[in-house]
Amino acid sequence: MKELMLGNKAIARGLYEAGVAVASSYPGTPSTETTEEAAKFDEIYCEWAPNEKVAMETAFGASRAGKRSYCAMKHVGLNVAADPLFTMSYTGVNAGMVILVADDPGMHSSQNEQDSRHYAIAAKMPMLEPADSQEAKDFVVEAYDISEQFDTPVLIKMCTRVAHSQSIVETGERIEVAVKPYEKDAAKYVMVPANAKRRHPIVEERTRKLVAFAEESSLNRVEEGSDTSMGIITSSTSYQYVKEVFGDKYPVLKIGLINPLPEQKIKDFAAKVDKLVVVEELDPIIETHCRTLGLEVTGKDIFPLIDEFSQGLIASKLGLPEKPACKPIEGLPGRPPAMCAGCPHRGMFYVLSKLKLTVMGDIGCYTLGATPPLCAIDTTECMGASISSLHGFNKALGADAEKKTVAVIGDSTFMHSGMTGLANIAYNQTNSTVIILDNSITGMTGHQQNPTTGFNLRGDPAGKIDLEALVRAMGINRVRVVDPYNLAEAEAAVKEELAAEEPSVIISRRPCALLKKVKRGEPIQVNPDKCKSCKACMKLGCPAISFKDGHAHVDTTQCFGCKVCSELCKFGAFENLNGEAITW
Amino acid sequence: MVTSIMIVGVGGQGSLLASKLLGRAAMDKGYDVKVSEVHGMSQRGGSVVTYVKFGDKVNSPIIDKGEADYIISFELLEAARYVQFLKPGGQIVTNSQQIDPMPVIAGTAEYPSELISKMEAAGAKVDAIDALTIAEQAGNAKATNIVLMGVFSKYIKEISKEEWVKAVEASVPAKFLELNMKAFEMGLAAE
Repeated sequence: MKELMLGNKAIARGLYEAGVAVASSYPGTPSTETTEEAAKFDEIYCEWAPNEKVAMETAFGASRAGKRSYCAMKHVGLNVAADPLFTMSYTGVNAGMVILVADDPGMHSSQNEQDSRHYAIAAKMPMLEPADSQEAKDFVVEAYDISEQFDTPVLIKMCTRVAHSQSIVETGERIEVAVKPYEKDAAKYVMVPANAKRRHPIVEERTRKLVAFAEESSLNRVEEGSDTSMGIITSSTSYQYVKEVFGDKYPVLKIGLINPLPEQKIKDFAAKVDKLVVVEELDPIIETHCRTLGLEVTGKDIFPLIDEFSQGLIASKLGLPEKPACKPIEGLPGRPPAMCAGCPHRGMFYVLSKLKLTVMGDIGCYTLGATPPLCAIDTTECMGASISSLHGFNKALGADAEKKTVAVIGDSTFMHSGMTGLANIAYNQTNSTVIILDNSITGMTGHQQNPTTGFNLRGDPAGKIDLEALVRAMGINRVRVVDPYNLAEAEAAVKEELAAEEPSVIISRRPCALLKKVKRGEPIQVNPDKCKSCKACMKLGCPAISFKDGHAHVDTTQCFGCKVCSELCKFGAFENLNGEAITW
Repeated sequence: MVTSIMIVGVGGQGSLLASKLLGRAAMDKGYDVKVSEVHGMSQRGGSVVTYVKFGDKVNSPIIDKGEADYIISFELLEAARYVQFLKPGGQIVTNSQQIDPMPVIAGTAEYPSELISKMEAAGAKVDAIDALTIAEQAGNAKATNIVLMGVFSKYIKEISKEEWVKAVEASVPAKFLELNMKAFEMGLAAE
């Protein structure tokens, strides 16, 4: 059957067809839908793990138990899971295991644009790189065969344009894979030095065999061209751009197995063309390999190390003229992303901004608290860094910092890697104030459940971790819950906890306004006769409030009815749609 | 021959359904199709772009400057933002609705005036329509995306009305089918 399929959905289809039984992942754009779509198949057990390391180890456990397993993460998630990754390369697998990593060149939704192919090289693990949805599905099936044939987990590298593009997929049938019985094998699975020393040569030998495989595999294919004055080696979405620009004009070596790369196949290809060009996004992985083979190659001397590519970029770098186009209109205001109308984070960020606090931020929707007009966040690096870096900041500066610095972190991010930072605060004692922005969901990646929500990936009731009890058990005595829609309560709580002479945690609790279960309030409006144009309400940066004809104006189609704006109005200008005063 | 269409708007306006509908209609017609979306952070009220391309063989899933035959826009400023992606003389089908971006809300910028004439001066053909009001008349403001697809369907001669209707049926949940069909018809009939 033919279906127009998102790359990530095609990955899930591949998991189904490959007979995969267990999937454990942590959500991260652009990888999330692979696991969500896999969960639609009853044959695959799917879960959200608290973080990528746990997910990878869970999948590894399933593989060791003898069933094909899967885990997915975004590029930065692989940093979190790097510890198991490197040693799993030594132990190898029992049943096949695939690890998907989705890079985000151009940083559509990420804090850096690292190139995950380095991990495959460093961990000495095979990595496949599909270029469209059909390949995404087919490569998954092939990856499980490689995993079992070569006794190694296999990485599949996606990028935003493959993960989030739809193209036509011819689907196949599911292969039922027999369970491979688990057998105790300490020499293979217990990586103490004596055993690991014996495994390392096996890894090196495996790589040599994989290179031989790479020479013959149809994953790396030559597409002949009519003009051999240039030959292009490329992979992933760059391949599509090359074909868009040149069609069948120049020979192309399309790489599907990006690690390890073939040697003779590349030399043979280079020998047939006058000029060898490598087109790859981000870092020069294929290019460096070509140079180690002694080949002269054009690559990052003309193509950027930064941002994603496009057909236009490749055309211009290879000397083709620009296409005629409509003229751009200059001076248009930008439209950066913003916290939604009714977002529970807004109230807390308003308080932090008003109190002029230094705010250590973290990864999630609430990172948008850094944007104007609130500009409430000072830092953002990686998952969990808010809490641990707050502790370091406070240790360095002492009481001066402790009284005016806080960390903000979401519920899912806290479970991911915030807890260990809090353990450090409880253990090594700074009078730090941590605010958990508990919106009862993993928001930015599109509403995934987590250990604090009480529901599993499929939306069924699940174990629920009690944040207050957890934080207390970790040794934090001052724990309080506030409603961020209530600005006075939130402000009082922040002031009191900053003043306290011991560490404290404030749980700012309100479910995400976009959740289906959350009931929208009645929209409110501004009475222009009462509005004194002071713009106090505009400081919230609510997309439903604008300034029109000299007064604040509420877009009632967008207004969520949270009424936070009305708390800021000294003149009682906000009223309900019947013209009555706002009540709580 | 490849037809290249950009669907632009503000995160949350329903561009993913519009691209699904268009991709579906083109695939059912036997074309090769690629649709490229961006998920994640920019969806939170930011400027969002979806690319839809169909033809005998589609390679790149994205559309570069000077390559789009059409821009379908859910918001006026967003139509103007991407005008340089159009081929000279390319067609814009836009909702005339204006949604203030954060710099305008924050008071650091003004919503630009005379955008339709500016787009025409840039070399585009512009079909602007109040799709929000039509959607409200059809029964729900959320059907604005389908109204616009109804307007746009007139421009794609390769796909018949019956084929569009089939794609709508396949793309929307059954309980919203009647509303969406009405919205599509009203868009199609709009002048």
